[in-house]
Amino acid sequence: MTEPLLHVRDLKTYFVTEHGGGTARAVDGVSFDVYPGETLGLVGESGCGKTVTSLSILRLIPEPPGHIRPGSFIEFEGRNLLTSAPTALRAIRGNRIAMTFQEPMTSLNPVFTVGDQIAEAAIVHQRLSRRAARARAVEMLTLVGIPDPQERVDHYPHQMSGGMRQRVMIAMALICRPQLLIADEPTTALDVTIQAQILELLDRLQRELGMAVMLITHDLGVVAGSADRVVVMYAGQVVEQAPTRELFARPLHPYTEGLLASVPRLDTRVSQVRGRLHSIPGQVPAATAWPAGCRFHPRCPYAWDRCATEEPPPLDTPGSEPGTHTVRCWLLTEPQRRERRA
Amino acid sequence: MTAWLVRRLAAAIAIVFAVVTITFVLIHLAPGTPFGADEQHQQDPEVIARLVRQFGLDQPLPVQYVLYLRNLLHGELGQSFSQHRPVADAIADTIPPTLTLAGAALVVDFGLGLALGVYQAVRARRFGDVVLGNVALFFHSLPTFWLGLVLLLVFGQWLHVFPVGGMRDPVLCPSVTSARCFGDVLWHLALPALTLGLVGAAGTARYQRAAMLEVVGQDYVRTARAKGLRERRVLLVHALRNALLSFITLIGLAFPFLLTGAVLVETVFAWPGMGRLSVGAIFQRDYPLVTGAALVASGVVVLGSVLADVLYAVADPRIRASGGST
Amino acid sequence: MTVWTWLALAGAVALALVAAAEVRRHAAARAAGRRFLRHPTASLGVFILAFFVTLALAAPLVAPYDPTRQLDPVHLQNQPPSLRFLLGTDVYSRDVWSRLVYGARLSLGIGTIAMLVAVTVGAGVGAVAGYFSHWLDAVLMRGVDVGLAVPRIFVLLMAVALWERLPLGALVLLIGFTGWFVTSRLVRAEVLSLREREFVAAARAVGAGPTRVIFRHVLPNAAAPIIVSAALGIGNVILLEAGLSFLGIGVPSPLPSWGSMIHDGWQWIVAAPWTSGFPGLAIAFVVMALNAVGDGLRDALDPRKEGT
Repeated sequence: MTEPLLHVRDLKTYFVTEHGGGTARAVDGVSFDVYPGETLGLVGESGCGKTVTSLSILRLIPEPPGHIRPGSFIEFEGRNLLTSAPTALRAIRGNRIAMTFQEPMTSLNPVFTVGDQIAEAAIVHQRLSRRAARARAVEMLTLVGIPDPQERVDHYPHQMSGGMRQRVMIAMALICRPQLLIADEPTTALDVTIQAQILELLDRLQRELGMAVMLITHDLGVVAGSADRVVVMYAGQVVEQAPTRELFARPLHPYTEGLLASVPRLDTRVSQVRGRLHSIPGQVPAATAWPAGCRFHPRCPYAWDRCATEEPPPLDTPGSEPGTHTVRCWLLTEPQRRERRA
Repeated sequence: MTAWLVRRLAAAIAIVFAVVTITFVLIHLAPGTPFGADEQHQQDPEVIARLVRQFGLDQPLPVQYVLYLRNLLHGELGQSFSQHRPVADAIADTIPPTLTLAGAALVVDFGLGLALGVYQAVRARRFGDVVLGNVALFFHSLPTFWLGLVLLLVFGQWLHVFPVGGMRDPVLCPSVTSARCFGDVLWHLALPALTLGLVGAAGTARYQRAAMLEVVGQDYVRTARAKGLRERRVLLVHALRNALLSFITLIGLAFPFLLTGAVLVETVFAWPGMGRLSVGAIFQRDYPLVTGAALVASGVVVLGSVLADVLYAVADPRIRASGGST
Repeated sequence: MTVWTWLALAGAVALALVAAAEVRRHAAARAAGRRFLRHPTASLGVFILAFFVTLALAAPLVAPYDPTRQLDPVHLQNQPPSLRFLLGTDVYSRDVWSRLVYGARLSLGIGTIAMLVAVTVGAGVGAVAGYFSHWLDAVLMRGVDVGLAVPRIFVLLMAVALWERLPLGALVLLIGFTGWFVTSRLVRAEVLSLREREFVAAARAVGAGPTRVIFRHVLPNAAAPIIVSAALGIGNVILLEAGLSFLGIGVPSPLPSWGSMIHDGWQWIVAAPWTSGFPGLAIAFVVMALNAVGDGLRDALDPRKEGT
């Protein structure tokens, strides 16, 4: 097996809340790998810690309220990102690892042209002249499929539609040909038809540039179409990770099961579901007070007393290669309990 | 863009017009014959006759109003009792000193205020920010004239660093004829400009700190960091450029502040500007001069706000590209 | 200073501390109050204001001398601060401390009255403009533009010049009437957004007339900018009154407003700097306290922060 491009071990990012709210343990022991050239989907509801995870990788967490706990380990291309000097870290950002954000309107600077913003990373990292960088920016605009790039390069963000702005963000991220692109909810703020276009674009670019993509989303549909492997997060932890096909065919964690069951399906007969959509009962707990034991146990249909007291570690599934499909659930040790509720 | 500009200028003219009309009403409401053609104030009979003719003082009110407007357009503001010459001339003499003082104070105000505000935002909630914030709060709360007195006492009287008043040495440099005399004016300018500038800078710093903090929390600043830019570039290029937009609105607000400050500071330092002229005129009950000064001041304020709006429209690409303000 | 006035002064300090502590205790019970308390200068400001208000109210107890009494024009002119005269005497041999204390009544009183006028008019105009929002709104806001075009001090200079001698009451009212413009804009903005809320529609559906809707439903919810304007407004008025009195056209001598005290001491700034110095410091501290409290209130009442 090849070496992972990005190796995250036991990442913990905590936030201090004001006035006795306690510490919010937004990311509480997350481990996963990203391999070169693959697309990893990071899935979970809002509040599960997926955005904080991605920001932690590039150390973009604002330091006063947040901090990455010692004991966390993030390695990229063999280099420990958490102990890197600021200069080394800056050399990686926008250059070897690039990130796009969810809201393209607020994530682009309103007073600079899109061309300037795209070209900036090339000027800083590749020492291109302004003219050369501008030419590269036009190339990138073409690459991401924006018509009339020569004209558009001098436009301002507010002159573009949401879909175009997201493409601009992607162009901005890819201009230095990074090895890893972290795309945080690239389609959430967009119309459904545009969503499909953006996902196709990311797919194509990934193949053309040979880069790895970490696709962060709450939408299982996005993950199903685009990701090679999926990491499911809940309450600041990874609860299941598996290759995409296997996850959808054989979801093992009750949360993943619940997520998949909640997606309305067009081919189900009304009588089968008895007229109601499935939903996971209960609510996501607050990050300042995760439940004891397994964090999902208050909402889990299979839970028994062990789940309330012992937190399960990620367990390998029998029948798969070690590490390919891990699940944080005690059901793996007592599979017979699963039959009772099915 | 031009259409917007035309509309903005038309609005400005309308405001000036309204101010002028209200002033006319006030002058006629107050006791005493307008424009000084009465027995209370000793005037040359020829002058009185001229005024009666010019302002139509024997005519019905609407006619007087029209004549008043016409006179204003010609720069004719009436006759000053205390100076025995046209108000317009008296004010015109004092405009250069006031401009000089206001300009120098503005430089101190914006230069210091902007730098402090940005510095405080970058070091937000740390020791430097807290200390400077309280210092700025204190200076912002000072009466400008009192600060002037204190500076005058300390630097003028006790330490003999700066002169204790006036605009220039009356003996050696009655007018600016050489570099040395220019330096003399600067030397006299230092304390009054510093007084006005320090109080102004305190307010500017508070405002700019808030504007900068708001910008620094925006998503696009995070994007800039994610691109691997140095923190200095992130703050001074990406953040500041946006914070400067709100800074431009301060320009419009600076004019009333400077004019008000001029009245008080010029009095303290015996600076021969429009402010000191107005105050002196009050004690002589020379209301044509005071109202004339008030009109000039209003004109300057309106001009300043138009200027600020235009600058803002030019600087914000969202407005510039869409062809005018919302 | 006599023994009794020292005791009274100590009592005033103690009273102010207690008042400030009480305010802090009550504030801590509410979320908005806790946001206010996050600003240490705001709490200090509450103490300073409590102290000066106590001084003003207890003036006869804290001041050893009559503020207008010339104690000994020959021997006690321009005396530096001492145990007998806490802040010295001025050129007319009046006790500066006594004048300062009684002056607190004048300066704070004028500040409050003028602010009340300004805030009432401003809130009224702003609410009407924001609520009705047709030609009335346009006319009122153009009026505000005109009002903002003339610097406040020039309006007052003109009034004094045109009306020979303006009685103090008229001057205070005029100060108030020249200060409502910014408040009206703030209130108008708030009312514009509140107008679209359901509770307004509900009130109107029940048949409430515009006056009732504005006064009972909209304005209470627009309280935040009004309260902040009030706190900052008193400070602005105090500074303005001080400036006018300093120029000699505000509070007339021998009345001891802090501005007129600076005016009296101006000519003697070299020989007796304390006569102008202490009143200015008093102004600075009170205005600073008002600004700090205003800032704290603005942060506390910011509706965007509900729930923090």
